Amino acid sequence: MISDPIAEGLGRGWKVYDASALDRDLELEADVVIVGTGAGGGTAAEILSNAGLRVVMIEEGPLKSSRDFHMLEREAYPELYQDSAARQTKDKAITILQGRNVGGSTTVNWTSSFRTPPETLAYWRSRFGLEAFTPELLAPWFEIMERRLGIHPWPLPPNENNAALARGAAKLGIRTAVVPRNVKGCWNLGYCGLGCPTNAKQSMLVTTIPAALDRGAILVHHARAEYFSFDGDEVSGLTCSALDARSLQNRPYTIEVRARAYVSSAGAIGSPALLLRSRTPNPHRRLGTRTFLHPVVLSAAEMPGDVDAFAGAPQSIYSDHFLRTQKIDGPIGYKLEVPPIHPLLTAVTTPGFGAQGAAAMGDLRKTQVIIALMRDGFNEQSPGGEVQLRHRHMPELQYPITPFVWEGMRRAYATMAEIQFAAGALRVAPVHESAPYVSSWNQAKAQIASLPMEPLLARVVSAHVMGGCAMGADERQAVVNGAGRHHVAGNLFVFDGSIFPTSLGANPQLSIYGIVARMANALAVELTGKPIEHRLS
Amino acid sequence: MIRVTRGRLIRTGIAGAIVLGLGGCVRPRVEKPFSDDGYTYRQLTSGDRDVIAALAGAMLSGALPGDSAAHGRSIVEVVRGVDVAIDGLQPDVQGEVHQLFGLLQFPLTRALAAGVWTSWSDASPADLAAFLNRWRFSGLLLFRSGYQALHQLVMASWYGNAASWARIGYPGPPKIT
Repeated sequence: MISDPIAEGLGRGWKVYDASALDRDLELEADVVIVGTGAGGGTAAEILSNAGLRVVMIEEGPLKSSRDFHMLEREAYPELYQDSAARQTKDKAITILQGRNVGGSTTVNWTSSFRTPPETLAYWRSRFGLEAFTPELLAPWFEIMERRLGIHPWPLPPNENNAALARGAAKLGIRTAVVPRNVKGCWNLGYCGLGCPTNAKQSMLVTTIPAALDRGAILVHHARAEYFSFDGDEVSGLTCSALDARSLQNRPYTIEVRARAYVSSAGAIGSPALLLRSRTPNPHRRLGTRTFLHPVVLSAAEMPGDVDAFAGAPQSIYSDHFLRTQKIDGPIGYKLEVPPIHPLLTAVTTPGFGAQGAAAMGDLRKTQVIIALMRDGFNEQSPGGEVQLRHRHMPELQYPITPFVWEGMRRAYATMAEIQFAAGALRVAPVHESAPYVSSWNQAKAQIASLPMEPLLARVVSAHVMGGCAMGADERQAVVNGAGRHHVAGNLFVFDGSIFPTSLGANPQLSIYGIVARMANALAVELTGKPIEHRLS
Repeated sequence: MIRVTRGRLIRTGIAGAIVLGLGGCVRPRVEKPFSDDGYTYRQLTSGDRDVIAALAGAMLSGALPGDSAAHGRSIVEVVRGVDVAIDGLQPDVQGEVHQLFGLLQFPLTRALAAGVWTSWSDASPADLAAFLNRWRFSGLLLFRSGYQALHQLVMASWYGNAASWARIGYPGPPKIT
């Protein structure tokens, strides 16, 4: 019998409000209110409540647990993701996977856990004055979170989807490595993206959030943070709306929270939107700008045998070869990984219809896919996108893919195809409307050289939204400082991936955990007036 | 999904503006919810259902069971799945989808924007495929995004359905005990 830490905690008397069932307005007081319960909010909630502070967590999504995770795409996407796993940029050219539930994206991510690359930190120090962001100063915080979340290189053999990346790359002299994952007692099922049914994944849902609730923190789910109120330059309150059971429509009740410190951990679309809605002082118009996506292009291969990429740890092999072998601010680099292949997400991502679509889906078991994550934000020709508000105050992300980024994507198609043929692929196709399968590397080279690199022809996806509330020493350049504190509003903090001043060149969860742990610790010291001995449960 | 803003309209040109303007204005106010065979539609009008049924037949040709009763049943399930999917979207995004279906239904915009001169139920498989490819490779981003929206809705509905899995060899999620 698999235990259910959420049901058990509720049985122990956690203070949890389901705003979809509220029948009146709610007023709460706290030392710190945190908007969002993903990687940033979860980490901050545990550290602040461990310090003895009264914490309130606000989450727009539902509170689900292992017993709700049935490994079915049609259930999981509408329940656990923003816009049913089909959130899109304004022009619809990029589809964004982002969580919306207690635990945020950590409930549904594929568990890859990388420290912030040293070259990324070096760029932040030199360009954004973030002097404390050295690998040495951050190391203890990464270590604490790695221990807390069981992060370790995946010890089992990779599934064939990952093995093909390792095999093909090795033949070409491209270095790969084993992915560190945040799992304990993982069953190697392959369904991380639909919520872990065995609680093996050490998401915020089963680690920091239960710990904070055990310390007396309050959680309000199905509640959307509408705006912070200001008294001069200080935040004086947070107003939230109760949502219906599917987190779609507002209900006629509000939740008002007063606190000493206000933390936005709503993610890199949610946090800029919340600060914009709140009319947060924005003297240099930086808020919402420089949003990065690690925009991803894909390459599909038909292998001679079954790959069965729906089974087994989804990401266990990666390559940083194309990040490390060239200058960080030169032509755009990319990280290579593979995605899990489940029918629904594969079908919506596969180009074509009718006979073409039916044939591609008919080969599902033999399909191997590599993805290339573009490291955006390190060159003036990849300035990222911008989060704006549309009517009803909902966020909208404009992200133009520049010629500089398209050029990198074309190179990435070639890299991926070459690796796939080296790994033994019978046929390879860039995931692009104008690219049918071809059966040799030479044909692939010619095909890729002439592909029109355009939105809504090339399939572009993202699972890593970063930036929009960039940190930096200079307020003309940044929204928050290196402590995550807003440059104007002294009691407002942003603790999530939106503070990154560029993309990372790595899956973001561990960067958020480590950097937020350090920031939340400093906030705890400030609010309690005493040093915190740091021991996460 | 399709949405209309001033900037977008200027960028996509006058033709797009005209057809979308018409599509937005003339969306018929059809009865909702619409009940059929025990399923109550929350989002789709009967006209929307005709559009989806016709397009699903073309998009999933080769992927649905050949037997005609099973084929018909699958189409009904795809249409219902699309209704469920739209019903789970944010209200803003739902509005965009309804605008798209409005455009496809109104005869003038159906003909001008989609190039389909018959009703959807009467369109031949070749007409349907030609329409899909016209939008898929259109010079107007707006039409390309319309195609992608239809593709996503139909594909997600069918391949989220366990009835589709046997043909593609997907065993379904593992049993855990």
